Order: sequence, then structure tokens, then C-alpha cells
Amino acid sequence: MEFGPYLMLATLEGAVLAAVLALMASGLSLVFGVMRVVNIAHGEFYMLGAVFAWWITSAIGGDPALAFIAALVIAPVAVGAVAVAADMVIIKRLNYDPERTIVATIGLLYIIQQLTLMTYGADARPVVAPFNTRLALPWIEWSGGGLQLYWPWGLSVTSYKLFVMAAAVVVLTGLYLMMTRSRIGLLMRAAQLDSETALAFGIPVERIYAIVFGLGGALVALAGVLIVPIQQAHYLMGGDALLLSFIVVIIGGLGSLGGTVVAALLIGLSDGIISVFFSPTLAKIIATLLVALVLVFRPQGLFGGKSR
Amino acid sequence: MNETGKIITLHVGLIALLFAMNFILPAYHHGNIARVMVLASYAIGYNILFGYTGLLSLGHALFFAAGMYGMGLAIRFLGASPVPALLAGIAVGALLSAAVGALALRTTGVAFMIVTLMFAQAGYLTILLFGEWTRGDEGFVIQQAERILWGIDLSDANNRYLAALLLFGCCLLLSLWLIRLPVGRVFVAIRENEERAKLLGYDVVRYKLAAVVVSASFAAAAGASYGLLFGYVGATFATVQYSIFPLLWVLLGGTGTIIGPFIGAVFMFYLIDLSSGVTNAYMLIAGIVLVLLTLFAPQGIMGELRRRVWAWLP
Repeated sequence: MEFGPYLMLATLEGAVLAAVLALMASGLSLVFGVMRVVNIAHGEFYMLGAVFAWWITSAIGGDPALAFIAALVIAPVAVGAVAVAADMVIIKRLNYDPERTIVATIGLLYIIQQLTLMTYGADARPVVAPFNTRLALPWIEWSGGGLQLYWPWGLSVTSYKLFVMAAAVVVLTGLYLMMTRSRIGLLMRAAQLDSETALAFGIPVERIYAIVFGLGGALVALAGVLIVPIQQAHYLMGGDALLLSFIVVIIGGLGSLGGTVVAALLIGLSDGIISVFFSPTLAKIIATLLVALVLVFRPQGLFGGKSR
Repeated sequence: MNETGKIITLHVGLIALLFAMNFILPAYHHGNIARVMVLASYAIGYNILFGYTGLLSLGHALFFAAGMYGMGLAIRFLGASPVPALLAGIAVGALLSAAVGALALRTTGVAFMIVTLMFAQAGYLTILLFGEWTRGDEGFVIQQAERILWGIDLSDANNRYLAALLLFGCCLLLSLWLIRLPVGRVFVAIRENEERAKLLGYDVVRYKLAAVVVSASFAAAAGASYGLLFGYVGATFATVQYSIFPLLWVLLGGTGTIIGPFIGAVFMFYLIDLSSGVTNAYMLIAGIVLVLLTLFAPQGIMGELRRRVWAWLP
């Protein structure tokens, strides 16, 4: 393949990654923004979403599309419930202390991961995509004094990948509308701005926190469900997800939803393109160092405004 | 007995007890305790930063692995003998920690934890990237012939136990001495109230950097000794898990106690050892213990003892 079509293919793959990343990171960002705690077990909620999707689809069987739709609904709700329980049993009792929450969620990470290992096992298992038509894409070529369309071999995208991108756009738009237009969004923003004053005005801050934590878990679990037809479900898949979410959230500015989406696009697209040309390990090293240095020198993120 | 007398009796008594154990322990536990003593030295280093200075690092595996690889690569490629190799390992760990610390200490709290985590992850990936020399995940073995120190074969179980005890004893007493020095008092002052320490005229950043370097040097010494005593150097020791372990041991044993890291390491080692007979998901135990500790006993075992019985415990 020539360079042009190759770049386009990398961009498309990057866009799929960006869509999934935006969902994962928006959950982490939401939890940090409102509750001011960092959830280290975030990646495990992603893994749980993928594993639940496998369980649900293999339990229902039959038509893959129907089973997948069921997984798309049930898995995030179930993971959200797990997250709410974790918030009420653990994080609430730590008074949302940031440092102790990190230590406790590290513990939660191992509990979820190892319970999955004990029940689901160490195998990677696939889920069949509900639809997976291959769509060939055209490319423009300069030939014989004019522009011509042609279909280079290998330049294609599956309908499922387009669906992932569309789903991410819909969910994130919904999240944005919920935060800015709905009453629950208003309460969340009140708790984010000043939890004590919010409490004094009769807002049930603890309940809001539980909902936010559950919503964060559900968002990342949704990303997990969407990814299983592309990657397989495995009990260790949470580690990379956590790292990538961190990278996106920190570069986008901790707690800023808009910044998170921009950063997800940037990281997703550049990762798709970089890993075509460089070794993936080197790309990861650069990314982790970038996160560390951004936190050191620009804690408000590359796109964030002034920190408060 | 006055306070200092009690403190010396307790700590020297522990070392004497461990020395006596060398002659009574059955072979299996003899090997385990040797391993625990090296790991406890790592935890003692971690505790200087976390327990006494109040800085929670999630990236100490970087320094443990730096010591281990500094030692291992010196032997493998420079043909160094054990002592220079050990010193090389400590030097690599100290230098690396000075660089990482200078950057990471510009942040505080949660950001500090994430920055250290990211640096450690970058270190782990760097080891994988240079797999040609480091052998990556697979690691490499340090041959028995390369582990002979002044005619003493460190691969022999008895010598290994005593060498581990020597390291552990040095770390234990050094940290005890350090904490009772004025500089140790400043560390505690920073932990208790950084603003006030700053107001009293202490250059808080320099003290914190010193705590990072001292703590990392202990970790590097433990890492280098681990490689030397057990004859294996591998990237596993640079993973996040090895940054979490010292945190777990210190939390369990008691943050800000000299003896706590050892108690925590012994408990956790045997807890995991027992459970690995039942299931391969032994990290489950670590997770449950971490959650329970943060919820119910943030002081740990020795911390609770200090609160209830031994108020003098350093």
C-alpha cells in the first residue's frame, strides 16, 4: 500500500481507539471532577464490562445481534451497581480522603481482577460482533492529468467500527446534556463546586457521589462492552485501560470533560499513527513520561484552563 | 529501663532472635525468612519516605529494580565482583531517585502518587525495550561463580541467611539512628505539618528530596542484594505490583514504626504463601488486606500496639 491510504487506515484505527478512550476517560474524569478522588480500579470496571459482555452473550446465545444488544444494556448497569456498592462500602467510609481512596482502590483492583481470574479464568475470549460488514474505502489518485478514485487493496473499515464511533458520540453528547441541562447534572455540579455548601442547601451529597461513581463505572464498562468484538476479554485487560485513561484525563486536564474528549482524539489518533511507525513499547514510554511531565509542569492539563 | 534502653533492647533483640533462628528453622522457612529479611529492608526504606516523611510513592519498584539491574548488569557485562556490583546498584538507585524526586516533588498529594507511578511504569517499559541486554520479562540468572564474596559462597543457604540478616540489621539500625537524628525529626515535622516546618525555617523541599534519596537507596540496596542472594534479575521486580508490596507491608506492619515493615512483610509473605496452596489468585489476599487496612486499621499492627501498650515505640 502507498503512504496515503496507509495513513488513512491508521487514522481510522486511531478514531476507533479514540472513541473507546473518550468513554473510558470520561468516566475517570467525571469521578475525579465531582468527587476529587482517583479511582485506581477504573481499569477493572472496563475489564468487568468486557467479561460481563462475554457472559451475557454466551448465556443468551442465539442471534449475536440480540445477545450483543442485551450485553450493551445489562453489563454497564451491572458494573455500575458494583461501583455504587464499592462507593458505599469503601469510599464513603474513608470520607472520600484522596490518598486513602487511592490505596483502597488499589486493593479493589486486585480483588476484582483476582476474583475474575478465579471465576472466568485466564483465557482470552471473543464476542461475536452484531454486524461486521467490511466496507472498502476509495482513495484519490493523480493519474493521467486528472484525479481518479480507486479502491486500494486492504483499505477498509468494518461497519462495527463505525458503530463504535457513533455510539461514543451519542453517549458523550448525552453525558454532556445530562451534566449541563438536567437537574441531576445541576446537583452534580453543585457537589463538585463546593460539597459543604451543597450539603447545607439540602443536596444529598453522599447519594450524588454514589451515583457519580456508579456512572463512572458504567461509562467505562460500556467502553469494555464495545471493545470485546474487536479485542478479546481477558482478566488483565484493565491495566492498559487504566494507563490510557490516566494519560487522556491528565493531558486533557483533570476533571474537565471537554478537555478529556479532545485529549482522547489526540491520543487515539496519534497512537494509531505512532504505533504504525514506532515500536509500541517506545510509544508507551513516551506516553507515560509525557503524563508525568504534564502533571509536574502543567497540572491543569495541556488544554485545561487555570487550576482552581 | 529508660526509653532508649527499651528501644535498643527491642531492635537488637529482634536481630538476635533472627540470628538464633538461623540454627533452628527448618529448611523451607529458613529460605523464606531470608527472603523476607531482604524484602523487609526494602520496606524499611519505603517507610522512611511514607511513614516518617508522609510522602506516598507508588513507584518504588523503580528504585528496587534500579538496584537490582545496576548490580546485575555490572556483573554480566563488566565482570564486576559482588561488592562493587552492589555499590553500583545502590549508586544507580540513588542517582535515579534524585532525578525522579527533583521532578516529582514539584507536585503534592495525589499528583505525587501518579507521577511516581508513571515514572516507575516508564522504567519498567524501558527494561522491556532494552530486552537485548536486560532479557526483559524472562530475566537472567547470576551464576554461582559470580556470587562468591571474599571466598563466601552466597548461594549457600546458611551464608545467604546470614548475609540477608546483615543487610536487614544494617537497614533496621540505620533507619532507627536516622529517625532519632535531627534530620529525622524534621522528616516527621514535614509529615505532621509541612507549612509549619516551612515557617520554622526548614528548607522543606531539600529535606523531602533527601528523604526520597535515602529511601530509594535502601530500596536499591535491597534490590541489589535480592539479585545477588537469589541469583536472579528480572523485569517482574519493576512492575507496579512491586511498588504496591512495600506499601502493603508498611501499612500492615504499622506506618512510621521501625519494626513495622518487617512484621508486615512476615505476615503478608506467609499469608500469600498459605493461600497460594489453595488458589493461584493469591493477589486477592493482598487486595482484601489493603482494603480492610485502610478501612479499619490505618495504623497497622505496630501502630495499634504503640497506641495501646508501647507508647515509646519509635
